Amino acid sequence: MTTSVDTQSRPATRVGGWRSSRKARSRVTLAIKYVVAALVLTFSLFPIIWTISASFNTGDSISSQSLIPNPISLRHYERILELDFWTWMWNSFKISSISAILVGLITLMSAYAFSRFRWAGRSQLLLVILLIQVFPAILAMVALFAILQQIGTYIPLLGLNSHGGLILIYMGGALGVNVWLMKGFFDSVPREIDESGKVDGASDWQIFWQLLFPLVRPILVVSMILTFFGTYSDYLLPRVMITASEKFTLMLGLQTLIGTNYAQEWGAFAAGAVMGAIPMVAIYLILQDYIIGGLTAGSVKG
Amino acid sequence: MTAIDVKPESSPKSKSERSATTGGTILRLLGLLIFTAFSLFFIYLLLSDGYWPLAAIIAVITLVINYIFLRPEAYPMRWMSPGLAFMLLISVYPILFTIYISFTNFGTGHLLPKVQAIEVLEQRTFLPEAGGTLTYTVFRNDETGEYALWLIGPAGNSFFATIGDELAANVIGASDLDEEGVPTIIPGWTRLTRAETVRNITAISQNSFGREESAVQLTGRLGQAAQLQPRFVYDPEQDAMIDMRDNVTYFADPATGFFTSADGATLNPGFQVTVGLKNYQRFFADPSYRGPLLLIFAWNVTFALLSVIFSFALGLMIAVVFGRGMPGQRIIKSLLIIPFAVPQVITLLVWRGILNPLEGVIPNLLQNIFNQPVGWPPFLADPYWVKVALIVINVWLAYPYFMLISSGALQAIPTDMYEAADIDGASPWQQFRGLTLPLLLVSVGPLLISSFTVNFNSFNVIYLFNSGGPPMVGTSTPAGHSDILISYVYNLAFGRGSNEFGYASAITFIIFLMMIVVTLFQNRRMQAWEETTN
Repeated sequence: MTTSVDTQSRPATRVGGWRSSRKARSRVTLAIKYVVAALVLTFSLFPIIWTISASFNTGDSISSQSLIPNPISLRHYERILELDFWTWMWNSFKISSISAILVGLITLMSAYAFSRFRWAGRSQLLLVILLIQVFPAILAMVALFAILQQIGTYIPLLGLNSHGGLILIYMGGALGVNVWLMKGFFDSVPREIDESGKVDGASDWQIFWQLLFPLVRPILVVSMILTFFGTYSDYLLPRVMITASEKFTLMLGLQTLIGTNYAQEWGAFAAGAVMGAIPMVAIYLILQDYIIGGLTAGSVKG
Repeated sequence: MTAIDVKPESSPKSKSERSATTGGTILRLLGLLIFTAFSLFFIYLLLSDGYWPLAAIIAVITLVINYIFLRPEAYPMRWMSPGLAFMLLISVYPILFTIYISFTNFGTGHLLPKVQAIEVLEQRTFLPEAGGTLTYTVFRNDETGEYALWLIGPAGNSFFATIGDELAANVIGASDLDEEGVPTIIPGWTRLTRAETVRNITAISQNSFGREESAVQLTGRLGQAAQLQPRFVYDPEQDAMIDMRDNVTYFADPATGFFTSADGATLNPGFQVTVGLKNYQRFFADPSYRGPLLLIFAWNVTFALLSVIFSFALGLMIAVVFGRGMPGQRIIKSLLIIPFAVPQVITLLVWRGILNPLEGVIPNLLQNIFNQPVGWPPFLADPYWVKVALIVINVWLAYPYFMLISSGALQAIPTDMYEAADIDGASPWQQFRGLTLPLLLVSVGPLLISSFTVNFNSFNVIYLFNSGGPPMVGTSTPAGHSDILISYVYNLAFGRGSNEFGYASAITFIIFLMMIVVTLFQNRRMQAWEETTN
């Protein structure tokens, strides 16, 4: 009896004092939060802002750069465009989008099978796919180089120094990357949908394509974007397989540009980096929620 | 409920049996036939060029595809047949290849299989000192300035030898033979006088005339040339190479992968042989291998662990601080994702630039603050500073990811749990320790582990920032203080002057085994295993 009165009356009597002190405290907390935010933002964005600034500075080298370029100069952009920049960019876009589409479709069909059918060896296969993924792929370069070289003897379109060869290799890594992610998504689509299709006499292909595909499109998009990012940012594989500068991907082109001459091509590199990164950042920011959903579902980038 | 679940499992079989009579089946078999025919043709091509490992894996793929499409019980795998085929070719085959290589001496001096090593040796030639000499007269091409020889053999037969072409017995337009039988006129060519020949003798004798295998070169004696002879001849009965110059026999030694003579001399190149566990024994037995490898391993684990811990801590802190209802938090988070969206190659090269101790902006700033000379702190040259820089960079790269997954996981924690904790009078710190962290670790834990495996092998960060440098001193293979296993392996296999594929593959296989253990552990934690087997 008394206790219940007590609990009711105690907040009532202290309400005024509590509220004001709480308000003051939360204002302080909020201020601290913004200070933290400023610090973290500085840490996070400084290298990027510095690169953007470098691209507009007049000087060529790192040392002569100032944070706010004065005067603003476009000569580094002119310089990078004189090089093969657009070719590199086009190569990267071509390779990455073709890989993303093919990898996405291959993975989607596999994920459908893993989610909807049961057969002997299914779970073992899933595990093998997971384990293959953790193989440190550096040494595989020797074998992959040999594969492309030998295939290229007969089909030059898929050989060394060809974009087809690169895409072929990216497709080989397809299952490992996203099949678990997509399978999880398929699992969340109720089986009753398949059942209703079956009752109407639809084939598995019709069920997959007409009933399920529209439902799993979001995860397909995420997976394609992640593949696109992965191939767009990849550097080691093109470096080993591509030798002709007109076939370079953007990352390879930028790395060669600066790898040989840090001091003198810093500005041009920065300009290329800014232009090369803009599409990625734009895609990321526009499709943020999609991608975050996909990421938290278990795929790990770099 | 179970009845419904079972139904789709049995239906594909009955469906494929039902459709066995329709045109779909014919189409499927036709496609399979075309695929198989094409594969067989390709295998035939590969085999005829001696590429048998690739031929074998394509044969395996063809068998698997045929099995999948012919057996009704493999029906579900038809859906993944393209993925499976590519996986076998591009992922499984290189793994098997690497494991096989780790048991061989494949590497510098042993790059070729024996058959090809014999071919290379058999192409070596020498200029015999006696016998079969030819007399020559030099011509010079009027356009290119290239030299050519008019040769007369011991039997009086004559040839015209230009660089790289077959020896020609008849030359169009050659006329006006002199008393030695040498034409004075060949259209497009000018005959050199003896004096001119002597003046240009160095330039002329640098050339080989005729086709490579049977080329003619000038001998030391004036006016005489000779045909090159193959220096080594393979004798299959003795399994040995015989040096035609001095008649020494070099026997193939399957233990070392060299052709070795009785007095121990070896021929280069050697050939590939299997060496059993030798590559694996190296780092257990030999301190000059073991020493650097242990250092590298220790740093590798430290690097991966610290990267994951710091980036998770930072990401989580940001997620908590900017969580519940802070104005502007969405914009802040969007800005924080940007580094994650920029391709790693770019950001790593940028970091390398801004941390450059001589010109980089951050060292310059630190030099001013701490009143230190230019070149401080030595982010590239000093083992400790390099490692500090690498961890900072790696945290910078990875924490947005942890921020994203932490905020996602935080939102999933029901708010009434916090209300309950509030009523119990728990302080924010107690709430975090007792409530947030344990719940978070359940969902984020497996991702931490897989992030560890990714960071354990983050080649790009190590290689692009400082290529593993600064180098260690006194190691038998090139190793750097900031090298992790995978970048060390890269240098072993592809580094300057080093192609230790066998040893590099052995280390790769061991890394692979460690990663498998970690992944299986993670998999059990995720309990995805039970999910997939039910």
